[in-house]
Amino acid sequence: MMMSATEEPAASLPLDGWHRALGARMVPFAGYAMPIQYEGIIAEHQWTRTHAGLFDVSHMGQLTLSGANVAEALETLLPGDIKGLSENRQRYSLLLDASGGIIDDLMVTRRADDFYMVVNGATKVGDIAHMRAHLPAGVALVTMDDQALLALQGPEAVTALARIVPGVEALVFMQAGAFGHGEHKLWISRSGYTGEDGFEISLPASSVEMFAGLLLDQPEVKPIGLGARDSLRLEAGLPLYGHDLDTNIDPATADLGFAVSKRRRAEGGFPGAATILPHLADGAPTKRVGLAVEGRLPAREGAPILFDGATIGTVTSGGFAPTVNAPIAMGYVAAAHAVPGTQLEVEVRGKRLAATVTPMPFVPHRYVRKGAL
Amino acid sequence: MTRFFTSEHEWIAVDGNVATVGITDYAQGQLGDIVFVELPAAGATVAKGKEAAVVESVKAASDVYSPVSGAVTGSNDALVDEPALANTAPETDGWFFKLTLSDPSELDGLMDEAAYKAFVDGL
Repeated sequence: MMMSATEEPAASLPLDGWHRALGARMVPFAGYAMPIQYEGIIAEHQWTRTHAGLFDVSHMGQLTLSGANVAEALETLLPGDIKGLSENRQRYSLLLDASGGIIDDLMVTRRADDFYMVVNGATKVGDIAHMRAHLPAGVALVTMDDQALLALQGPEAVTALARIVPGVEALVFMQAGAFGHGEHKLWISRSGYTGEDGFEISLPASSVEMFAGLLLDQPEVKPIGLGARDSLRLEAGLPLYGHDLDTNIDPATADLGFAVSKRRRAEGGFPGAATILPHLADGAPTKRVGLAVEGRLPAREGAPILFDGATIGTVTSGGFAPTVNAPIAMGYVAAAHAVPGTQLEVEVRGKRLAATVTPMPFVPHRYVRKGAL
Repeated sequence: MTRFFTSEHEWIAVDGNVATVGITDYAQGQLGDIVFVELPAAGATVAKGKEAAVVESVKAASDVYSPVSGAVTGSNDALVDEPALANTAPETDGWFFKLTLSDPSELDGLMDEAAYKAFVDGL
């Protein structure tokens, strides 16, 4: 069989040596050497669903935006209610181009003196250039190049992290705050991209090896690679930029209507509103759907989706789902075929596999929301 | 029974004109968790260096090439039922298919166990 023998040269992140010492297999991703797996994707996936998985996501872009009227300025680029975001509250949003295409998906948090933003690693350079070109001169965009980012995800994440950083248990989903461990400063949000309860921890690169080591000392925690991160987010029904999202897709088509806040729907004034608002009101002609694939053979990105023998769409992410214990996929189909229960087929190496349009997430989210225990 | 290896990480155990083919322990380690295998049917002909089977890990699909040319006489039903056998017993119970060699001289270019070990150590 064909094995990739050579790896492209890739920049190393602060935890590079730490990952290698733990036995990670490193692969090039988003321009960096990143751990794809440690003991194995299925074991790591299941550990995260039952205990707590530690992910290094330091390749992602972290930045701050500040200045007079920064919230108003951000609302010219994003469809979310940024002005209405309270302090220490985080929101999932989308960087949109003039026709409503998605340049990136991101997390934005209002802090006391600025907005903190986390963007995808593979798109961060373009995102920053786009924002600098479109934000008024009074808004300062600062990249946090010396900051690392960890994600601790899973039902026992709160137990493990609260033992080291008391107080984090009081956060609810999409809430963030400044914490400390000794002299080390931490910015922690209760969020993530696995569908599990969990936290993202931003901290100086100079502290990250110490802090990752402390987390790994907790019996609930194991290191988890990008392979399981991908299968976890797929089961959670969460789109991945560059696969399920790109500039040809608008938020309604992507089934991300929730990212267009109520006030913004009423007021408009975000890029592509003329396209997106009618799609939200009347339904987009094409829609992102989940597919449950019959059998054991995974249907991956690029596999054609068929109805009645004719190709009607393409799988944008797919694979074997360890928690579901079956192959699942996401893809785009015409609205007429997007109704849950619709029987479609996907084609893999000439074989047609039965696939059923299925509501997402495939595995229920377990976010800890306000008012819940 | 003599065992040979390819630089694409297949093994072939040969007994006269009959051989068993699988993937190496190194290959399964690189692939990670194997969740599906697609094996050739009895009666199919395979050609040296050409795709004969497919192995799907959680990450990706990979082709398995036949180390030699020949006629397939059977494949491993146990591996179809339990693809993880290719991870746990790649060079024994996790074999892929059996064939009758059409040109035994094709074995000449393959590595023996020591040569393959040296090859893998250099990767």
